Amino acid sequence: MTTLIADTSTVFSRELRPLLRDPFTIIFSMVQPLVFLALFTPLLPDDDGNALQWFVPGIIVMSCLFACSMTGSNLLFEIQTGSHERMLVTPLRRPALLIGRALKEIVPMFAQAALIVVVCLPFGFRFNLPGAVIGLVILAAFCIGLGALSYTLALASKNQEWLFWTVQQTLLFPLLLLAGVLLPIENGPGWLRALAAGNPLSYVVEAERSLFNGDIWTSSTLGGIIAAAAVAAIGLLVGVRAMRRSD
Amino acid sequence: MIETRGLTKHFKDVHAVDGIDLTVRAGELVALLGPNGAGKSTTLRMLTTLIPPTAGTATVAGFDVVRRQREVRLRIGYIGQGNGAGHSQRGRDELISQGRAYGMSTRDSRQRAAELIESLGLAEVADRRVSTLSGGQRRRLDIAMGLIHSPGLLFLDEPSTGLDPQNRANLQEHILALRARHETTIVLTTHYLDEADSMAERVIVIDHGRIIADDTPQRLKDTHVGDRIVLGFLHESDAAGAAAVLRTERKGTQVRLGLPNAPRRAPGILDDLRTAGYPAAEIEVIRPTLDDVFLQLTGRSLREGGVDKELVEV
Ligand SMILES: Nc1ncnc2c1ncn2[C@@H]1O[C@H](COP(=O)(O)OP(=O)(O)OP(=O)(O)O)[C@@H](O)[C@H]1O
Ligand SMILES: [Mg+2]
Repeated sequence: MTTLIADTSTVFSRELRPLLRDPFTIIFSMVQPLVFLALFTPLLPDDDGNALQWFVPGIIVMSCLFACSMTGSNLLFEIQTGSHERMLVTPLRRPALLIGRALKEIVPMFAQAALIVVVCLPFGFRFNLPGAVIGLVILAAFCIGLGALSYTLALASKNQEWLFWTVQQTLLFPLLLLAGVLLPIENGPGWLRALAAGNPLSYVVEAERSLFNGDIWTSSTLGGIIAAAAVAAIGLLVGVRAMRRSD
Repeated sequence: MIETRGLTKHFKDVHAVDGIDLTVRAGELVALLGPNGAGKSTTLRMLTTLIPPTAGTATVAGFDVVRRQREVRLRIGYIGQGNGAGHSQRGRDELISQGRAYGMSTRDSRQRAAELIESLGLAEVADRRVSTLSGGQRRRLDIAMGLIHSPGLLFLDEPSTGLDPQNRANLQEHILALRARHETTIVLTTHYLDEADSMAERVIVIDHGRIIADDTPQRLKDTHVGDRIVLGFLHESDAAGAAAVLRTERKGTQVRLGLPNAPRRAPGILDDLRTAGYPAAEIEVIRPTLDDVFLQLTGRSLREGGVDKELVEV
């Protein structure tokens, strides 16, 4: 008999294996945000030398977000060929299919996060290890939920790849911008701040910033945990239902 | 092993499966036969928990396919119409993770994967990316994946499509051996009539989502078509005389006759005609095929699809 954890590890290691056999693609994608960081950071207002402190957690969140949104797009092809169907017939627990696939997208991003941090240290970036680890766990939960939603979207759009991409990109960018990931929201108009307050990602980003700074026992951390847990729960619930209902 | 009552699946206004009552006992080997779009795959996909029925019920391996999905999944194997292996994966890796998905240990999966790779002739390609395999090699890999956990009930959706004759024969042997060794219950769909004929003890003909015939291949052929004999004569007068003796019709110098067990009775008929003074110049004994059965039942040939395809290719 298997457990949810064993099932998740089966799915996760299946997904990760082609990457490990061909690591060049990961290495390439890891360098990308470094370039981004190098080009973007000089543009930020840096009154008190805090630009990196504010921006690095944002970049990490952004890479994870884009990565976990790949969960569905990688699935599209497998739905067409029949390998997803083959997985669905196995007794693998349905949440394991969602979590395993999302984790495969996120885990390489954590390696990337470590790389970003190391590269930024000489430039005065300060970070707190326990805080960062807690931050990444929160981020992982959020991304599992988002990955599950992306999975659901792939199931719903089936053979219409354009539908998947249109819907996903239409939702992803506002989600990102309305969370103050790349630009601060505080100085925006009231309606923008109201939208940001309703965006669960805002709480996750805020928690990441304070955790990376070493402020662990704060209300931001709690807010991040609640937002991430809620998104994870909703994503898994919706995803499992979609798998059950899908024709 | 399988019990369905009024099993139905509608996709919007397409009645893919329309009230199927089916009972399959443990150890049976059943072939579902029907033209494109008949509802074969849809039936299998409901029985394997992949899609929920619109109406009706199905119990597979003792469990309801809607309410006890996990129990069903643990007890069956399924080889779908598509390719089961991920294109960026290696065949052997997929086999091992498939074994683990069924709760086998990594060690057992590895060992079983090696056995199947050997016996399905995949040794040279098992460690290559799946996307580089030929269609037939991929199909054999699919079959290996479906067999990894030695299921007691196996569903195969057009397992032999895309295989060359040698590999098709090899697959048939494999399926029959599996059955002999483990008493596996097998439900397969096929477009190869000879395959259904030679392998299955029971053929279920499906058309427009309904079962229109269900019997052994032999009885289907005997009941719905029967053997025929065509006799040729040198002169129309001989043919006319023979037709009178045999109480049948004549067409020019030919006499046609439907009779059961024709191959055994043909020599006797030739003797009778010679004695009566109307010696036959040639004889053809026609045994019905399952295609004839289908033609008789529906007025359409199962081979039509194939013919169309050839025309398109020209
Ligand atoms: N997911 C789906 N959505 C809408 N219609 C579907 C779906 N799946 C099947 N159908 C329709 O249901 C009917 C039965 O399809 P099915 O795949 O069961 O046929 P089949 O007997 O397996 O045919 P083939 O020999 O071509 O594989 C077809 O008309 C098909 O177009
Ligand atoms: Mg089919």
